[in-house]
Amino acid sequence: MGMSLFTPLSWNDSGFILTGVLNTVYISLVAITIGTVLGLAVGFLRAESNRVTNTLLGGVLDILRSVPLIIQLILFSTYIGAMGHPLNPFAAGSIVLSLYTMAFMGEVFRGGFESVPQSMVVAGRSLGMSYWQTVLYIRLPIGMRAVFPSWLGVALSVIKDSALVSVIGYMELLRTSEQLISRTQQPLEILLGVGLFYFIISYPLSLYGKYVERKMAI
Amino acid sequence: MEYVFHWNIVFQKMPQLLHGAFVTLHLSVSAMLIGIVIAVLLAIAKMSKSRIYSLPATIWVEIARNTPALFQIYMAYFGLGALGIHLSPYVAVLSALIFVNAGYLTETFRGGFQSIPETQYNASKSLGMSSIQVYRYIILPQMFRRIYHPMTNQFVWSILMSSLGILVGMNELSGETQRLQSLSFRTLEFFIVAAIMYFIITKFVLLSASLVSKKLFKGDI
Repeated sequence: MGMSLFTPLSWNDSGFILTGVLNTVYISLVAITIGTVLGLAVGFLRAESNRVTNTLLGGVLDILRSVPLIIQLILFSTYIGAMGHPLNPFAAGSIVLSLYTMAFMGEVFRGGFESVPQSMVVAGRSLGMSYWQTVLYIRLPIGMRAVFPSWLGVALSVIKDSALVSVIGYMELLRTSEQLISRTQQPLEILLGVGLFYFIISYPLSLYGKYVERKMAI
Repeated sequence: MEYVFHWNIVFQKMPQLLHGAFVTLHLSVSAMLIGIVIAVLLAIAKMSKSRIYSLPATIWVEIARNTPALFQIYMAYFGLGALGIHLSPYVAVLSALIFVNAGYLTETFRGGFQSIPETQYNASKSLGMSSIQVYRYIILPQMFRRIYHPMTNQFVWSILMSSLGILVGMNELSGETQRLQSLSFRTLEFFIVAAIMYFIITKFVLLSASLVSKKLFKGDI
């Protein structure tokens, strides 16, 4: 290789890298939170509504899931720019990533709601619960527990997909590393560090997801 | 401010866009086929009792599943470049997609294989079937049924993720769109058309997959 293992990256860069790390964590958390809340609403609507609403809602979600995220990001930020309301990369990225997350979470939660047997809801109603009480105390807790591993899977893919927000200029981890690479010309060390960061976040969570899944299967 | 759409330029460039779409398909089909072959080997290695085989397979799978695809493409394009291995954008994106596909499909195949109880193997043997017959007629058909849908999803994922070629200047649909819009500055128009093309490609793949599955499995899935 002819390359030293000690990177001549100076300690002065650590603040810069840390900003990238924090920004990746930040936008991922925002997208996962908003995406989960919206996905819960969409999943519930899809599990409850009639055919027409379902088809319409399904169609919109389908577009979000069938167009590459990178194209969605470019389209959205160009569109709001062309309309004369440019947003900063964080805001634009959060909106697109949250809606994208919602599209996947919606399907997960829909499955969760539908997995709760109707007889349980009927039993709740006959005990004098109102409709919303059966939703809140029966369908939500039971349905959500069933889809927790899938939820975690979507959340993990959002953390990884957040790297794409770099295309519209958000300074997340991959973009900061890209800038460091162009200055230091040491792509290998920097990229390995970046990969390690994602791995350290993602791997334990994916193990935990598998563990929960196995525990629920028994 | 009012934005005036100009679609003419996009229609003029349609042949280039369609060529980009063709490269996208070509790229994702190749990444899928090669990924499947590697995944079969990795799945066998992962199920091996010897750690010499199972450990490298596990490492491959976990890295592929736990790092962003964009990272893998950068690794293939810039990272390997630092080692003196210079890949063209096409080969870089292709190898990154193969790497990820193989990683995810390994788990799919392993899960599919392990979902068939061993008793079926023993039962077929006791009926006088040879090992090859057991696999050919009993195990593989059932396994294929179980891995069919995850495989379709993985293929769609490859199509969507091949759009990352835009970042290393590839000439697949996204990269081509990027290049054409930079010549004309009709960014919105070009990317809207690209989005529609991705949507059509994805729907086409899913529709064909479901038609094929109806034919193959005669509805019982």
